[in-house]
Amino acid sequence: MGHPATAPGSGTRLRVVACGSVDDGKSTLIGRLLFECDSVSSDQLAALTRDSRRYGTTGDEPDFALLLDGLEAEREQGITIDVAYRYFSTARRRFVVADVPGHEEYTRNMETGASNSEAAVLLADARKGILTQTRRHAHILSLLGIRHIVLAVNKMDLMDYSAERFARIAEECDRLAAKLSFASVVPIPVCARNGDNVTTRSPRMPWYDGPVLLQHLESLDIDGGSETKPMRFTVQWINRTNAEFRGYAGSVVSGILTEGQEIVVTASGVRARVNRIVTGDGDLKQAVAGQAVTLVLSDEIGISRGDILTLPEWRCETADQFAAHVVWLTHEVMLPHREYLIKFNSRVVPGRITALRHRLDPDSLEQVAARALEMNEIGYCHISTREPVSFDPYRENRETGGFIIIDRQSNATAGAGMIDFALRRAANVHWHELDVNAGARAGLNGQKPCLLWFTGFSGAGKSTIANLVERRLFAEGRRSYLLDGDNIRHGLNRDLGFTAADRVENIRRVTEVARLFVDAGLITLVAFISPFSAEREAARESFRPEEFHEIYVDTPLEICRARDPKGLYARAASGRLKNFTGFDSPYEPPLKPELVLRTAEASAEELASHVIGYLRTKGLIP
Amino acid sequence: MPEVLPHLQRLEGEAICILREVAAEFRNPVILYSIGKDSSVLLHLAMKAFHPAKPPFPLLHVDTTWKFREMIAFRDATAKSLGVKLLVHTNRDGIERGINPFDYNPDLHTQVMKTEALRQALDMHGFDAAIGGARRDEEKSRAKERVFSLRSSNHGWDPKNQRPELWGIYNTRIAPGESMRVFPLSNWTELDVWEYVQAQAIPVVSLYFAKRRPVVRRAGSWIMVDDERMRLNPGEEPEQRLVRFRTLGCYPLTGAIDSTATTVAEIVHELGSSASSERAGRVIDHDQASSMEKKKREGYF
Repeated sequence: MGHPATAPGSGTRLRVVACGSVDDGKSTLIGRLLFECDSVSSDQLAALTRDSRRYGTTGDEPDFALLLDGLEAEREQGITIDVAYRYFSTARRRFVVADVPGHEEYTRNMETGASNSEAAVLLADARKGILTQTRRHAHILSLLGIRHIVLAVNKMDLMDYSAERFARIAEECDRLAAKLSFASVVPIPVCARNGDNVTTRSPRMPWYDGPVLLQHLESLDIDGGSETKPMRFTVQWINRTNAEFRGYAGSVVSGILTEGQEIVVTASGVRARVNRIVTGDGDLKQAVAGQAVTLVLSDEIGISRGDILTLPEWRCETADQFAAHVVWLTHEVMLPHREYLIKFNSRVVPGRITALRHRLDPDSLEQVAARALEMNEIGYCHISTREPVSFDPYRENRETGGFIIIDRQSNATAGAGMIDFALRRAANVHWHELDVNAGARAGLNGQKPCLLWFTGFSGAGKSTIANLVERRLFAEGRRSYLLDGDNIRHGLNRDLGFTAADRVENIRRVTEVARLFVDAGLITLVAFISPFSAEREAARESFRPEEFHEIYVDTPLEICRARDPKGLYARAASGRLKNFTGFDSPYEPPLKPELVLRTAEASAEELASHVIGYLRTKGLIP
Repeated sequence: MPEVLPHLQRLEGEAICILREVAAEFRNPVILYSIGKDSSVLLHLAMKAFHPAKPPFPLLHVDTTWKFREMIAFRDATAKSLGVKLLVHTNRDGIERGINPFDYNPDLHTQVMKTEALRQALDMHGFDAAIGGARRDEEKSRAKERVFSLRSSNHGWDPKNQRPELWGIYNTRIAPGESMRVFPLSNWTELDVWEYVQAQAIPVVSLYFAKRRPVVRRAGSWIMVDDERMRLNPGEEPEQRLVRFRTLGCYPLTGAIDSTATTVAEIVHELGSSASSERAGRVIDHDQASSMEKKKREGYF
């Protein structure tokens, strides 16, 4: 509807996010904009009038916010929960506007809307000025690389259209913007409900001589689009139609790629020439940013999903450690050292936050010390991935500098990050291949090295059974080593306590030590409560599938409590021991352990024999 | 390459990227093919995304048995000419119960013959991702939906708890039993779809073009008498009228509009001056403020 044919040169759609604190009138402003641009159809207007009487806050006038608050819960509560996208066009430009929630609780949805936008309309209520949430949103916009901001000072009618009030808020905004990195910040006084300075100049504010909102958005010059950046091609899918055709399907996410050019796979440094740029409409001579094509190369080289191809003279970074701003998006707090999945374009790798350098205070924008990130907090982190990944710093390229963090247990999108710089280049840290390796040592020992990971409550019998298993192995002449939770905490991990963050680090260190022992050719036994499945799964992935054996010592909590060999349950019950598993700290039982030992049904000796039998059936010992 | 506007090229690139992401990350995906213009564009994009290979997933059409006859003929001809696998599913239980759009409330008909049928088909084939042609500009609860939209093990949508979706980096992880609905055309408008149909010369069902058709006037809409099952009210006499359809569905529930547009170019021109929305002709959509959201929470596309 509206104006189908846009003027020449306005072929792209400007993506705008409208944000700001709750009740500052975002939805009303966009609704007004849509209405005045003839983007509200007659049947939608009829529904709006009906809905306004039922849910609205504007009496008999249509409540434009209801055009956007598309969810039932939103209309009932009168708030925006999730981002809505609306599309409209004028004679000069096409627009997509993301209407995002103002509530702090739904900041993750604001970030969703802002991440794909090129410009922002930041609202402020003329009565309240710049609030903490306004600052938070401004800061997020700046981090997300949005360079052009309009400060819409709304509800001017409630301040008698006061020029002084507007000037004060504009000054406040200038001070805020000085701390952030925007290319333009334009304050405009508006009244969204009545349409003042939205699409037409308001006669009630003759003192204002700047642009009206729509006119400004129509003329906004978004410079430095992704086509002007160095060429990046992300490989998404390998196309093997038949023996003759092997193509790399992916997108030119920035820059321009020309047929015949030499490209390099950034992770491996291997080069090849682009023989063809294949599309469903025939081959292209050139592909530009935003196009999804399939490349046929001159040589068969190793390329897999997630690789980035660049031109040899303009490569991106490849590293397994980098610094990044991270916004946390989920209720479960971010714990340093916990393993998450990290997704960059099409590449997913396990990784952890190795250090939380600081958190940003949303009000002062100052850096403050923090041990964990709560939902909606922004931190500056060091991140380490299990394999090297290719990227650009986010400020240089939005297409290759962002990533999301996925919780391995819940699959939730737990965080999102923007890379600042590489901490260590992967090229310098090749794993040293040694001639005497685990296989060679295993042959000498007449056994296959492996890891037996005993998990269960305190007092379940992990150490007792593991100790008996090791005695049997020793008697048979096998080489083994038992890593016991309590013993390790006396030395290697003496600096760690029992908070969730410290438990994660405890297990990470033990996993690394166990890896060295397994590499040394030993049958390694680990007896740790290890209450979180995420850490046990991370440990599992550090080993080859045939090496890792999770043994769940399944003893009901009541029995453990009755046994209480170390008197810990009594201390926890009296409140003298904090963060004790089974009391005030959770235990997540394994879902698919290789072995389950039920100590309520058999003696420790019998269960140890069971483990030995298992090792024999698996061919780990003769 | 045909002459297309840069913004259409950008939309095309985004949609192809989404389709390839599904192919790379899911075990058993399917395209929900509903025969309309959006499905035609979706299928065209899937053909391009994997060219010279065929799309690595089949098409699924949920047939209520009340679609226009022309739609069914077009469906079969399209699958044949493109050489893609087509699965058709009808809710047999609904047929045996005699559910139809005349004796039952249109909402119930949709619930049984579309929503339930879709759930049956997805469960039967064990699809873990279902790609649809829905667009955010169609309706206000769709305006809120993610490109990769998680469904529970009983296909329900939880609109209040959607995964954040930043940039074009999609979280495709699902737990056993869960599935993903994927919408590559999320950011397309009705006009974009028609401009793309025009630029790429994509075949669409001829019902979209104005022609003299036998119609009756009901609740402000022109309903076409497509076959002998159409029940006429006393005194109702079908009249020949120059009409076309803006959306397609079950013929007794889909209103035509007065139009003289017989080419895509004329449709694009007509859209510029239209005052009503695309879905205004759908009888099932405008009974209550949140009817689409409700249907979607139950598993409707």
